[in-house]
Amino acid sequence: MKVLVAVKRVVDYNVRIRVKSDGSGVDTDNVVMSMNPFDENGLEEALRMKQAGVATEIVAVTVGTEQSQDTLRSALAMGADRAILINAEEAPEPLGIAKLLSKVVEQEQPQVVILGKQAIDDDSNQTGQMLAALLNWPQGTFASKAEFEGDSVNLTRETDAGLETIKINLPAIITTDLRLNEPRLPKLPDIMKAKKKPIDMVEAASFGVDLTPRLEVVSVSAPEARKPGVIVANAAELIDKLKNEAGVL
Amino acid sequence: MSYEAPLKEMQFVLKELADINAIAQHPGFEDATPDMVEAILKEAGKLASLVIEPLNNIGDQQGSRLENGVVVNPDGFKEAYQQFVENGWPGLHQPTEFDGQGLPFLMQSAVSEMWNASNMAFALCPMLTAGAIEAINAHGSDEIKKTYLPKMVSGEWTGTMNLTEPQAGSDLSAVRTQATKEGDHYLIKGSKIFITWGDHEMTDNIAHLVLARLPDAPEGVKGISLFIVPKYLINEDGSLGERNDAKAVSLEHKLGIHASPTCVMSFGDETGAVGYLIGEENNGLSCMFTMMNHARLEVGMEGVGLSEGAYQHALAYAKDRTQGYSPGSEGRVSIIHHADVRRMLMQMKAFTEAGRALAYVAAGAHDHAYQSTDEKVADFQRRRMDLLTPIVKAWCTEVAQEVTSLGVQVHGGMGFIEETGAAQYMRDARIITIYEGTTGIQAGDLIGRKVLRDKGATVSELIAELNEFETTLKAQSGDDFAIMSTQFSAALKAVTESTKWVLEKGMETPHSAGAASVNYLMLMGTVLGGWLMAKSALAAQREIDAGSTDEFFKTKILTARFYAEHILPRSEAYATTVQSGVGAIMDLSIENF
Repeated sequence: MKVLVAVKRVVDYNVRIRVKSDGSGVDTDNVVMSMNPFDENGLEEALRMKQAGVATEIVAVTVGTEQSQDTLRSALAMGADRAILINAEEAPEPLGIAKLLSKVVEQEQPQVVILGKQAIDDDSNQTGQMLAALLNWPQGTFASKAEFEGDSVNLTRETDAGLETIKINLPAIITTDLRLNEPRLPKLPDIMKAKKKPIDMVEAASFGVDLTPRLEVVSVSAPEARKPGVIVANAAELIDKLKNEAGVL
Repeated sequence: MSYEAPLKEMQFVLKELADINAIAQHPGFEDATPDMVEAILKEAGKLASLVIEPLNNIGDQQGSRLENGVVVNPDGFKEAYQQFVENGWPGLHQPTEFDGQGLPFLMQSAVSEMWNASNMAFALCPMLTAGAIEAINAHGSDEIKKTYLPKMVSGEWTGTMNLTEPQAGSDLSAVRTQATKEGDHYLIKGSKIFITWGDHEMTDNIAHLVLARLPDAPEGVKGISLFIVPKYLINEDGSLGERNDAKAVSLEHKLGIHASPTCVMSFGDETGAVGYLIGEENNGLSCMFTMMNHARLEVGMEGVGLSEGAYQHALAYAKDRTQGYSPGSEGRVSIIHHADVRRMLMQMKAFTEAGRALAYVAAGAHDHAYQSTDEKVADFQRRRMDLLTPIVKAWCTEVAQEVTSLGVQVHGGMGFIEETGAAQYMRDARIITIYEGTTGIQAGDLIGRKVLRDKGATVSELIAELNEFETTLKAQSGDDFAIMSTQFSAALKAVTESTKWVLEKGMETPHSAGAASVNYLMLMGTVLGGWLMAKSALAAQREIDAGSTDEFFKTKILTARFYAEHILPRSEAYATTVQSGVGAIMDLSIENF
């Protein structure tokens, strides 16, 4: 079966995020960018499916700018067979991405689409679900285990209440949790071969879907710095502070 | 705190100073395009941070041990080495003919820096293997190459260098290990000491390169031959056969690099170790010298790597540790607010960046020298590489002593406590000014073979380049550059006059050159470091002028200015010492010491 893996170029998880001085967003100039960690889990799962003989072809897809080629090259180095870059100057919102991906699904006809459950830049956690709705496919989100069996997959989902195991029919959408697997580090020869693997560049506009933003970013601000702690004299003072200063009691 | 490869800095140095884009023009290096370089460095950095660095402290604490004749390595080393091999890193700079990737030595130097910064004891194993591959590839028979090289290039087998014996250290003419011909092979008998990764269980086989004497060999260096002695003999079909009579009989207890087993090797204790000749009989030393340039540049990189590791460790602590008050800040501050702590961190940073710049430039010269199709370019770069090699080896490792020691100092009392981890860099660093030719040996090589032998021709070319650069630097506006320019001119004067002194007076007495050599080498390193830091600053200024707002470029300029203010002035002191000659050194009789 063919597996489509969606990947996103985000600020590397090691980078300390800085908010732009005008509060319009996060500063991404001159910072290290990498593949969204949840997407690495998605790709790793697809690679394991291929090793196990379940998958035959792995296609990595991203929506981004030309710079997102880096991320696709990383995906190719890890072992994806080919890649698609949907070029969009203004970053679309999750619904726009889901619409674009649904068009790619129509063209590519994969049996499984794997996405990270969320991207670590905006933490939206929406694209996979929206894509499932647009395609009218079953979805298994927050997967920490996936076992393929004929035309279905048994998925273990990590929820707040505990682990839930579901069986869904293919074709299906899977979104990944970090515990699904441990992504591999690419091999040097594969990094070099990745350069020769094909990346299809497509303009987002050519899909004819409405990408008009539906959200307005009002402001972006950094979390308030932690204030230094104080030592209280006794329990009464603590309760007073919790009541009147922190307002938690 | 874990190591993070300074990717932006590395790419900057590769591009602006070592000119990787020009190197990628040479036949065979076409793959070293900017995007490929970036991808390779990024992935190597991940392996260093996630797999190799986590074992650094474990390796130091557990060390390698000899148990029942078997070398046991620290926990996790075998698995990490296997991943290193599976991911293809040993082959980066190795010939494509044996399934290596054939990338430039410059790229190898950059990733070597990462392996060394994250875990030098680990990094030594592939480093020694690479040296053995080079000697075999240059001098081995086709059959030997075919038998050993594919396995060694992949890293499935490792290699060692067996040179030293108790009476034959820096002076290899005293080697006593015997080799006698027996049919198609030789039997080797003797013992070797200080054999890095001489035995281990991380791979199925080990190829030992051993210097030994044939029975009728002439005395001295002209009577030494080189042999390859496998740990396990290799059958006709390539499978492994009997255990060879080559064993580690004890391990040294060392100040640092505890994870790296430093073996006393015994060859031929029972029946004689089976070995095969590499190159011609009695020509072993020149076969070994083939790999010397590489190895010396690699040890220079160890200095850069350890300096970077120590710096990152100290920086994290200085940002975290709260102590005292600082003018202009409210409440207690992290110690990085204090001017003297900053001074130490800047010194570490400036030395590390200057060392990296010099080491990469020398590695780049190596690539040009071996790969350029233009004979003039190749000749120029070969002489440049030969001149820079002892400086990179000795200066980058001497500087690492200062940097790793400052790393301990930044930590204050905690730096002296082993659990903090700062001391390990300092202990690990202590060997690098010693092995692969001590600082004294490097300085002798510089002054004797590289400066005096061609009557200063090569060094004069370099000084002429520095003079041209002086003009360029002077022309750059701005306060930071004015300071750099003043200090650089003074340093240039110091190196020019000292070189003149070496050329005129270096042969005056039998000891002149020897007495001046280390200070002359340190002078050269200091000035070349200042040159490359100022060159970096100019490149950074160009980026800023072109509209970049990246803080990296501002940081680079300030670091270069710091180097000019705090490190370059040492040039004049070195020059004074060089030019004071033999003086008091030899006048004091041995009895009066």
